[in-house]
Amino acid sequence: MTHLPQILFSILLLVAGFVFYKRFSAIVQVIQLGREEQLNDQPRERWKNVLLLALGQKKMFKNPLVAILHLIIYVGFIIINIELLEIVLDGVSGNHRLFLPVLGSFYRLFINSFECLALGVIVVCIIFLIRRYALPIWRFRHSDLKGWPSLDATIILCAEIVLMSLFLLMNASDTLLQNLDIEPYAYHKTGAFLVSSLIVPILSAFSVETLTAIERFSWWAHITGILLFLNYLSRSKHLHILLAFPNAYFSRLTPVGKMKNMPDVQREVIYAFQPELATEQSSAPPPKFGAADIGDLSWKNLLDAYSCTECGRCSAACPATQTGKQLSPRRIMMATRDRCESIGERISKGLTTDDGKYLLHDYISEEELRACTTCNACVEECPVSISPLDIIVQMRRYLIMEKSSAPQEWTMMFGNVENNFAPWKFSPEQRADWMNHS
Amino acid sequence: MQVPLLSEEIAKGNHPEFLFWVGCAGSFDQRAQSITKAFALILNKIGCSYAILGSEEMCTGDPVRRAGNEFMFQMMAYQNIQLLNAYQVKKIITTCPHCFNTLKNEYPELGGSYEVIHHATLLQQLLDEGKIVIKEGGQYKGKKITYHDSCYLGRSNGIYEAPRKVIESLDASLVEMKRCRSNGLCCGAGGAQMFKEEEKGNRRINWERTEEALHTGAEIIAGACPFCNTMLTDGIKGKEKENQVLVKDIAELIAESL
Repeated sequence: MTHLPQILFSILLLVAGFVFYKRFSAIVQVIQLGREEQLNDQPRERWKNVLLLALGQKKMFKNPLVAILHLIIYVGFIIINIELLEIVLDGVSGNHRLFLPVLGSFYRLFINSFECLALGVIVVCIIFLIRRYALPIWRFRHSDLKGWPSLDATIILCAEIVLMSLFLLMNASDTLLQNLDIEPYAYHKTGAFLVSSLIVPILSAFSVETLTAIERFSWWAHITGILLFLNYLSRSKHLHILLAFPNAYFSRLTPVGKMKNMPDVQREVIYAFQPELATEQSSAPPPKFGAADIGDLSWKNLLDAYSCTECGRCSAACPATQTGKQLSPRRIMMATRDRCESIGERISKGLTTDDGKYLLHDYISEEELRACTTCNACVEECPVSISPLDIIVQMRRYLIMEKSSAPQEWTMMFGNVENNFAPWKFSPEQRADWMNHS
Repeated sequence: MQVPLLSEEIAKGNHPEFLFWVGCAGSFDQRAQSITKAFALILNKIGCSYAILGSEEMCTGDPVRRAGNEFMFQMMAYQNIQLLNAYQVKKIITTCPHCFNTLKNEYPELGGSYEVIHHATLLQQLLDEGKIVIKEGGQYKGKKITYHDSCYLGRSNGIYEAPRKVIESLDASLVEMKRCRSNGLCCGAGGAQMFKEEEKGNRRINWERTEEALHTGAEIIAGACPFCNTMLTDGIKGKEKENQVLVKDIAELIAESL
């Protein structure tokens, strides 16, 4: 009977771990539907990006105040995970405050710093809720976030507030029980902690039984909440806390102005000009040019989609979004992810990936794609190394090369480039005439 | 104005140090032609060893590639690279950030590797080396000038300071727009938008940018891209400010101050 909590806890841990593992493998499986792209050269540069962009959150510091607030949540979350280790080990082994005898007087220092961070996280989450709902911040008010995305953000912020509060409540009731010499708490005398001691006066009116119940409830609710949150985040925009790291590692190291080459097209053109080189007739079917669906995009584009936390810095900087065009780079990423999720769902049900729908038209319109000026503002802004632009240009390639779908003016421009070698209708013979104009 | 043609120079056995890549806008667009002339004037004045391709130059393929027409881009790139390699071109200067980006970043993997220099960088170098000397009390002295960052020069290639140093050399007072350098707002021409109507929206991008530039109170909006120049000039006309505010390329500012 005494081992029941341990058994229950171990089962909880295993189930949560298993569900998360299944979900994570499903995401990896969807990402692998993307086309191959080699992104593991120059490991030094890549690790530098992980350190600077993901760990160091370099791009967040474009707005230092928000960066510091975000950093508090982020550091809080990472460091409090050390405390989680103790909680998990306590739960499995049936101990209480396992690290106390090991760390001795340092233990208080640790818990005190965790408590300060927990308070910091609560305060910042409240500030973020106010920013999101009470302040006129354009990127949070944009129609991209209508419905679920907005609710998702609220759930995440509230969940963090609840989890941190439970941690503080647990410590407060624990220290009270220590003072009342109640076992097992009295065996692990830690003394009062910095933040939770502020709640102690509110709890001191309760009976020992109530306090024990509060302590046990907080302990269980905190750890259960964290395990639930882990599984929630894998289904939400919050996945960025994990994927920002691989996404920084695999970010492109080429100049941002350089578009990806299409070697198949390059070869075709070389053969057209130098037919003598076209000796080996490839038996492979002609490749599809550009992207109409997620399977045509690179795996990195799909990792980008799962890494996006819908902050909207891209759209706030996008000249098209800012002038009321249909295009919003954030929505390009959200649409790509939605498409990934719906394909992933089919795979998990054992169905084929073909549901008669495509990323193009069913999720992203031609009008959106046509509005992009390829200015790279979205790429420059993204704190987690996402490129909405890369998806846009690949889909433009599909429209032009597979569907011959172009605005009439572009068709004329193509004709001019083909016949006059300039986008305007001027004869190449007039190219140097400028020097004779007055 | 006399500008040497590379084919003629090669025929004479000369190998000019630089190829001046004029670009389609610089060759055909009336407004951009004066930028080309201003830059050629500077090159002539300092006795630079250079030549242009003239009728042999073709579009680099930037707008067609960004519109999605990779076939046509590859065709242009192939022909340009064949020509440049046949002439053994080593250094290219260009006044267009789009040509600059394509030549510098996209041609190497197709077999065309050159040292590509944008005129902003070259002008700054020439000023630093004292090869260009700005006359005392020039017409831009003390003038309020704002600089509009071209996306393909700035964000795409990290060139933010060179054009600003060029403007500062005029003894002008450089004022910044709210969105500048890596946060600069596009003029609206990139990604082949120059060649089609803007998509539906509530404002034109060039109007948005022009308003921002006007907000600085500058008398001159300086740029380093012929397409930005067109977009901002249109914006100024739309605001009926063409009599108060000028849109100028940095090459023009220098050429008029020699």
